[in-house]
Amino acid sequence: MLAATRTIPDVLVFVASAAVILGGAVGVVVARNPVHSAINLIATLLGVALAFIEQSANFLAAVQVIVYAGAIVILFLFVIMFLGVDRKEQVSIEPLAGQRPMAVVAVGVVTGGLIALMAAGGWYSGAHAVVAPTDPSNDVGVLGRSIFTTYLFAFEATSLLLIIAVVGAVMLARRTPDADDAVDAPADVDGRAEDRVEDAAPGGAG
Amino acid sequence: MVAAAPWMLAFALGGFVVLVALGRRLGEPLAGWVATAAITGAFVCAIVTWIGLLSLRSRSVTITLFEWVPIGARQVKVALLVDPLSVTMCLFVTGVSALILLYSVGYMHKERDFTKFFVYMSLFVFSMLLLVLADNLLVTFVGWEGVGVCSYFLVAYYFQRESAASAGKKAFVYNRVGDVGFLLAMFFLFTHLHTLTYTAMHSRFALGAIPRAPTFIPPLSSTELTLVILCLLAAAAGKSAQIPLFNWLPDAMEGPTPVSALIHAATMVTAGVYLLSRMSFALDLSSDGRAVVATIGAVTAFVAATIATSQHDIKKVLAFSTVSQIGFMVLAVGSGAYVAAIFLMVAHAFYKGLLFLGAGSVIHGLDGEQELSRMGGLRALMAVTYATFLVGWLTIAGVPPFSAFFAKGDVLKGAWTYSKPLWAIGTVAALLTAYYMTRLFVLAFTGDPRFLKAVGDRPALRAPHESPWVMTVPLVVLAVFSALGGLLATPLDRFLSPVFYTVPPAPLSSSVSDALAVVDGVVAVAGLGIAWVLWRGRVERPELTPAFLRRVWYWDDAYDAVIGRPSTRLARATAEVVDPVAIDGAVVGTASSLRRGARSIRRLQNGFVRSYALAMAVGVGLLVAYLLARTF
Amino acid sequence: MTIPASWYLVVSALLFGIGALGVLVRRNALVIFMCIELMLNAANLALVTYSRVLGDVGGQATVFFVLVVAAAEVTVGLGIVVYIFRARRSTIVDDVAEMEG
Repeated sequence: MLAATRTIPDVLVFVASAAVILGGAVGVVVARNPVHSAINLIATLLGVALAFIEQSANFLAAVQVIVYAGAIVILFLFVIMFLGVDRKEQVSIEPLAGQRPMAVVAVGVVTGGLIALMAAGGWYSGAHAVVAPTDPSNDVGVLGRSIFTTYLFAFEATSLLLIIAVVGAVMLARRTPDADDAVDAPADVDGRAEDRVEDAAPGGAG
Repeated sequence: MVAAAPWMLAFALGGFVVLVALGRRLGEPLAGWVATAAITGAFVCAIVTWIGLLSLRSRSVTITLFEWVPIGARQVKVALLVDPLSVTMCLFVTGVSALILLYSVGYMHKERDFTKFFVYMSLFVFSMLLLVLADNLLVTFVGWEGVGVCSYFLVAYYFQRESAASAGKKAFVYNRVGDVGFLLAMFFLFTHLHTLTYTAMHSRFALGAIPRAPTFIPPLSSTELTLVILCLLAAAAGKSAQIPLFNWLPDAMEGPTPVSALIHAATMVTAGVYLLSRMSFALDLSSDGRAVVATIGAVTAFVAATIATSQHDIKKVLAFSTVSQIGFMVLAVGSGAYVAAIFLMVAHAFYKGLLFLGAGSVIHGLDGEQELSRMGGLRALMAVTYATFLVGWLTIAGVPPFSAFFAKGDVLKGAWTYSKPLWAIGTVAALLTAYYMTRLFVLAFTGDPRFLKAVGDRPALRAPHESPWVMTVPLVVLAVFSALGGLLATPLDRFLSPVFYTVPPAPLSSSVSDALAVVDGVVAVAGLGIAWVLWRGRVERPELTPAFLRRVWYWDDAYDAVIGRPSTRLARATAEVVDPVAIDGAVVGTASSLRRGARSIRRLQNGFVRSYALAMAVGVGLLVAYLLARTF
Repeated sequence: MTIPASWYLVVSALLFGIGALGVLVRRNALVIFMCIELMLNAANLALVTYSRVLGDVGGQATVFFVLVVAAAEVTVGLGIVVYIFRARRSTIVDDVAEMEG
């Protein structure tokens, strides 16, 4: 049960999570090697998980670590390795004129504006416990109940979405039979003709 | 009997239609005979109508053909006014036209477009009859335009020649300028009088037996009336080739000679005089208008006569002579001597038609030669032409007892009564007329056969021949009428006076009248004598044919400099500057600026995902900025 | 009083900003993808924060689903990157610039 008062440990946890989050984020953007970016992403995700725990969303923190850091980022790393692009990238060249300054300005305006607007709007407003009240001691139960009752349709739909995503990924990644790409088709499994042993029995060749 | 009037139109129109439909198949010479027969039929109808009119007491009949233009509560009808004036016009128009068409059968022999000539001539006669017989200004205008169009077609008959095509255009354009006057006069009259019919207008103008009676209020103020008269004068100047719109007539000599004879001597050019005579009731009430009309007539007569003394082409002399003679007619109209004007018109149709046809005979016989310097010595070779031309020459010079002596005499008597200075100008013009016509006769018919000098290039000139009977018979007929036309003076006066005068004008005292006649005779003989002496045996006299006169007092050049060239410059400026830059520029410019705009916008789509992402980010930034602005 | 929502929300906003900057500035498709994940995480953080202060489990349920969708998205997205890489031998997004006007 979380204390109603702000205690030093709470602040320390917040500061730590914020530092990790923001540090990792900067690292993702700045790192030259994509693998480094992926590692920094893991850091950010762990930081977010820490923030979740601090806010009594324990189940979500766990899911965050398992799914995000444990599956998605690993998938990223797989693809990086598979494609062989784990080389350093030239971060300094920017072919599009004015892209960087304009990006900084736009993002600065958006972020600053967001914070200002939130501050002006009192950070949060709205009715309490519209869907279901949280229970810091039983967040899994409450979450589960709401997913399987209130958001059942969404749940089923996202399941379908996952299936579609898998099918799509398989289709995209599949190699077409006459593809003339760098990764060659495996050599004739049965070896050269001379090596083939005339053998009627199955389980063949040698 | 009077009902034969519409049949005149029917015959002329029928001839036109038949020739349009079957002309090509009829070919030469049958097409010519069909046209001549049609117009002869019209002439017979004219005679029948005349006899019918004589037996009527009212001396004026309106025959309505059909209703035409509804204007408000009123109708403009297509109706014919049969009265002495229109019948007189119809008689000589159809008669002279028939003779000239007969002549043309011979003159246009072997022309490529033989039928086309007769088609347009028939249409012309129809339009002229419509003009003359109409009972209101609008139908007159239809005929007016019709004769203008036919004149264009016929002047540009040899349109393959650039000078001919351009002359046709010139004739039509000058006519059109005058037509503006006609239209303005019609608009004005209709606005104030609510009618365009001659009889209705006449009654509005001449209420009461004596105009200018104290209780008589004219329907238009005197300034308005003068304006109308001036507009009508402008129309007449355009059609009848008076100053300042006369330059087209000499150029119109590019057309075949029968065209010059019919249209530009006997008929179309008299239409202006006819119009003014028809509106005599308006002229009587506008002293300023009459002054302008009479002055224009006198001045034109004089100027054209001076120009005619210095021309080298036989047809051009006759053309300027026509301008001058019509000037006399206009002078008569302005002076109030309407009957004299019509008498001169009729006589002029005879003798000028004769002179033109005679000239055509000479040209035909000399294989197309028109230069006076290359004629001469034709007395023995073309006897009939010589004899008839002699009659015409004596007539136009004003030698008694031929017709023009009496006709021109009446005109000058009217001028004397109206204004002595104008009479003087007219008399000088008469002197010049005798002079230049004698010069023409001497150069063309007497002396050495100068045409033989050009035989080397044109072998046909070795034996000029007399024209065939189809051409000489009309010459003889016209010669007879020219000679004896003086007999028409009194009957015509009795016939026509009621149209113009409710009270006949007081005649001159016999002593004055005789004195003037003597002056006329002396002037004619003097002019004749002077020219005979000066030009007998001579071909060129540069001191007597100065460039100023030969070049039409530089009138054409003046128009060219003041109107022609600036207009061309304006047109060129518009075509080369305004059109491509302003108009095309606006149109094409709109398109090209759109294209440029689209091209520059297109550069946004550069294919780079990151710039599209940036665009989205900028959009979100703008949204946030807007919200910030709203909140703070 | 616990940590005020504003602190977490500021962190979330900053995380979002850094992620957006990364999407706009980096040229490697995979790194761009990772920056998108950063932005999604920022959203998740904000949602959980709101769930806490409003005492509503709806925020947490939403995070749950965001997680699922992010997973699916990464799957398909990386499949596409692999596919494109096979043809062009490059993961630089600037090289795939044919949809231009």
